[in-house]
Amino acid sequence: MSIWEYANPKKFMQTSAAVLPWLAGLSALCVAVGLVWGFFLTPDDYRQGSTVKIIYLHVPSAMMAINAWAMMLVTSLIWLVRRHHVSALAAKAAAPVGLTFTVIALVTGAFWGQPMWGTWWAWDPRLTSFLILTLFYLGYIALWQAVENPDTAADLTAVLCIVGSVFAGLSRYAVLFWNQGLHQGASLSLDKEENVADVFWVPLVVCIAGFVLLFLTLVLVRTRTEVRARRLAALLARERLA
Amino acid sequence: MLRLLTRDLRLAMRAGGGFGLGLAFFLLVAVLVPLGVGPEGVVLAKIAPGILWVGALLACLLSLDRIFALDFEDGSLDLLATSPMPLEGVVAVKSLAHWLVTGLPLTLVAPVLGVLLNLPVAGYGWLVVSLALGTPALSVIGAFGAALVVGVKRGGLLLSLLVLPLYVPTLIFGAEVVKRGAAGLAVGTPLLLMAGITLGAAALLPFASAAALRVNLR
Repeated sequence: MSIWEYANPKKFMQTSAAVLPWLAGLSALCVAVGLVWGFFLTPDDYRQGSTVKIIYLHVPSAMMAINAWAMMLVTSLIWLVRRHHVSALAAKAAAPVGLTFTVIALVTGAFWGQPMWGTWWAWDPRLTSFLILTLFYLGYIALWQAVENPDTAADLTAVLCIVGSVFAGLSRYAVLFWNQGLHQGASLSLDKEENVADVFWVPLVVCIAGFVLLFLTLVLVRTRTEVRARRLAALLARERLA
Repeated sequence: MLRLLTRDLRLAMRAGGGFGLGLAFFLLVAVLVPLGVGPEGVVLAKIAPGILWVGALLACLLSLDRIFALDFEDGSLDLLATSPMPLEGVVAVKSLAHWLVTGLPLTLVAPVLGVLLNLPVAGYGWLVVSLALGTPALSVIGAFGAALVVGVKRGGLLLSLLVLPLYVPTLIFGAEVVKRGAAGLAVGTPLLLMAGITLGAAALLPFASAAALRVNLR
């Protein structure tokens, strides 16, 4: 019994089919509870009013935008080292989801920034590095689209993902060079007694859990689609030969 | 390796193309910006470092797809891949050749264009130093992008999309060096960081580029 068993597409499809309904239900529950709780059942902030509630969408999607890229990096490495096709397809499946989270984070941030900072956009380090992350996602997806042979595409995008990770990290620290910018520092961390007042914190954690589960669900669904598409292509190729 | 370098240089010189084109593009950018922004010297002096760096970067981008595409089409890349020289070395030499025909001339003409953009006197030295240290990184990173898309037909636009985000750190540090130099501030930190990026990219990226080329030649 090892984790590599799930690299077998058949085993992967069986397991994911069994897990998926639970995962989907749980993520729907968490997102719904977290968002309703956050939007309607928490008090308004005394200075920010109700705009503070954008945090329940903004923070979880921003976290997942970065974690999705990290997941793609890991699966790309697994593909390059062990040549498991499911791994490459999972990376391919995760990219558009990660891109969507990145865009959600940018757009909700703009909606919050307009009343609070008086501007939709500022060339602040965090904002800029997220914009650059968006470009990396776009380039990654475009490369998958452009290369016809699936194995070649998987190899090239995996290499791009690794090199891109290094440069995304470099860009993150390069933009810090200008100044600290408008965006506040991290509001959540594990080593503090209390991060945000508990009334806001508990629904936020529920939201984050919901977004993690949502990401897993979407990636599983999309990976299953990719596996099926691959099987279909194989079937068609076989029929053409016969 | 020296043979390959001279061959690439000779091809670039005789085919025209990239050699003059990048320079002409750089010149056009430096001429068009004052026309668009207006001739006030104070404004121009303020944006000159950034404009010069962006112009150099875009000029570099123009000729990237020529690094491997022509050799890929006529099959000489296959010959190079089967030759005793490691493919990493081929990539490194080709990046060097690209830098010699684009980055180096750009560095040399940049001060002249700095005059057009009213760059403060203190900035010229740092402009040349930062371009000389930074443009090799542009060539090496660009060779990586070109290696990725060499099998894609009409990959020019894709190439720009892939390479531009990779250029971000070099651009930020490079422009910062010139900006600080022009303002008479200390330039040590951004200069060292940019040199670090160049060295790191030159040392490591040829391996990634060679891996991508091997996949494309499979």
